[in-house]
Amino acid sequence: MKRIVHKHPLAIRWFHWINFPVLFVMIWSGLLIYWAYDPYKITIGGYTLLSFFPDGFYEFLNVPRRLAEGMAWHWVFMWVFMLNGLAYVIYTFFSGEWRHLVPNRHSFREAIQVTLYDLRLRKTQPPFIKYNGAQKIAYSAILLMGVGSVLTGFAIYKPTQFSWLTRLLGGYEPARLEHFVLTVGYVLFFFVHVGQVIRAGWQNFQSIVTGVEVVETVTPPTKQVMPEPPSIPTPDQNGPQPVGPSEPLLTPKPSLS
Amino acid sequence: MSQSNEPKLPESDVPESAVRRRMLKSFGWFALAAAVPVGVYEWITHSPKLLGARKPFRRVLDANEQVARTYFSNTHLVRTYPVNQAAKKARINGYDGIKTPVPEDWTLQIDRKASTPTEQNQPLVLTIDDIKALPKHEMAYEFKCIEGWSQIQHWGGARLSDFLVANKLGTKSGNAPSPDNADDLYKYIGMETPDKGYYVGIDMESAMHPQTLLAYELNGEPITAPHGAPLRLIIPVKYGVKNLKRIGRIFFSDERPRDFWAERGYDYYVGL
Repeated sequence: MKRIVHKHPLAIRWFHWINFPVLFVMIWSGLLIYWAYDPYKITIGGYTLLSFFPDGFYEFLNVPRRLAEGMAWHWVFMWVFMLNGLAYVIYTFFSGEWRHLVPNRHSFREAIQVTLYDLRLRKTQPPFIKYNGAQKIAYSAILLMGVGSVLTGFAIYKPTQFSWLTRLLGGYEPARLEHFVLTVGYVLFFFVHVGQVIRAGWQNFQSIVTGVEVVETVTPPTKQVMPEPPSIPTPDQNGPQPVGPSEPLLTPKPSLS
Repeated sequence: MSQSNEPKLPESDVPESAVRRRMLKSFGWFALAAAVPVGVYEWITHSPKLLGARKPFRRVLDANEQVARTYFSNTHLVRTYPVNQAAKKARINGYDGIKTPVPEDWTLQIDRKASTPTEQNQPLVLTIDDIKALPKHEMAYEFKCIEGWSQIQHWGGARLSDFLVANKLGTKSGNAPSPDNADDLYKYIGMETPDKGYYVGIDMESAMHPQTLLAYELNGEPITAPHGAPLRLIIPVKYGVKNLKRIGRIFFSDERPRDFWAERGYDYYVGL
């Protein structure tokens, strides 16, 4: 017998995997659009540290002269992106999944501990149930960034009809920059996310497909008492949560997976 | 602690074979589902083009127009700025339709139906003085190019809506457009340059917007040739591509007039 823990509900897995190609299309088509007017760069004292983007980058990805195509993809798949995101928010709210997601007052300290652990500066990481503090913050931030992308997107899509929104975001040009910065944020998140998933290993990865994770092998039931579970620290002194066979036995893993 | 309000994850004990079965089933579905985006991509990129854009794109872009029209309003005005914030040198971004010198004998020709069936359909021919006779409006606003750049520019001219009312244009009855009889209006207004090298189609609602101008002044001076002398369209509720320079002919239709950039794969409506 295997003891499995039901980690990701089916709906969450669908939302996650629908979002993956859709967000990819939005970022890629956004790049086709951005190319037509690409003024952003990071400069320090007149020296250009990073230019968005060098010509070689565009050529390599076959970006130039595809503005119309980029806009078509962007204005079609924005609906899928928004609907999927909305469905995710509604589901997360009503199913109670948000309890696993939303950071609490301890998450920031935990996130620092997790980061130190990931950087091999700390031997242990704080225990967690589904997501550790760093994950909670990262995944919630991504959700808010999604809302931000929709708002900044509409501010530049219909700056006259939604002039109140464009104004709220600082104007038409600032809203375009904000839209761009959020996208850079997704790309950075993507690299960290994939890196952490690789570090966390197969068991963790397959759970976003299968929904479950095997936590331990259970000895076939006998009339004897259950075997002693591997002890994990229970830092919770507030609630009556005895250590027992029903205790979650997710072994600590690298964060952000 | 962090777990205090967070419920435990549900657990169950299952035989090893069930775990394996679940794994195979899940990844089977996963592989099937992964074929969907590939299929969608192939379907879109192999669809025939409809007006320069792949058919599925054109359909959704047109649907987006219908959505946008539900919240479009002539009371939603483009933000205006003090005139001194306008660019001293307005940007020039295209020469399509104005590659030849400005015709000396330039006139504005407007197609219209004869008032009685026996008469010939005679176009209305106007000069720049006829436009200047209408009330003049000036505004500095953020001109927005479909490429993504924008610039505060100061334009002056007559409202297109005033022009249509004064000349009893844009209606099927031949009367002046009236807010009480919106059905009388044609659905679209078409414009083209004298050489027909550039042309746009605009929905009548956007054309009747109070900030839509037949412009003859930029920064208080007559428009120069590269900016569309002697008369051009300034329509802030659209991207720059609809702001036709050097208007030669105006006509009305219930069908979409041909549009230079829509034919090249862009959205037709491009409303802001």
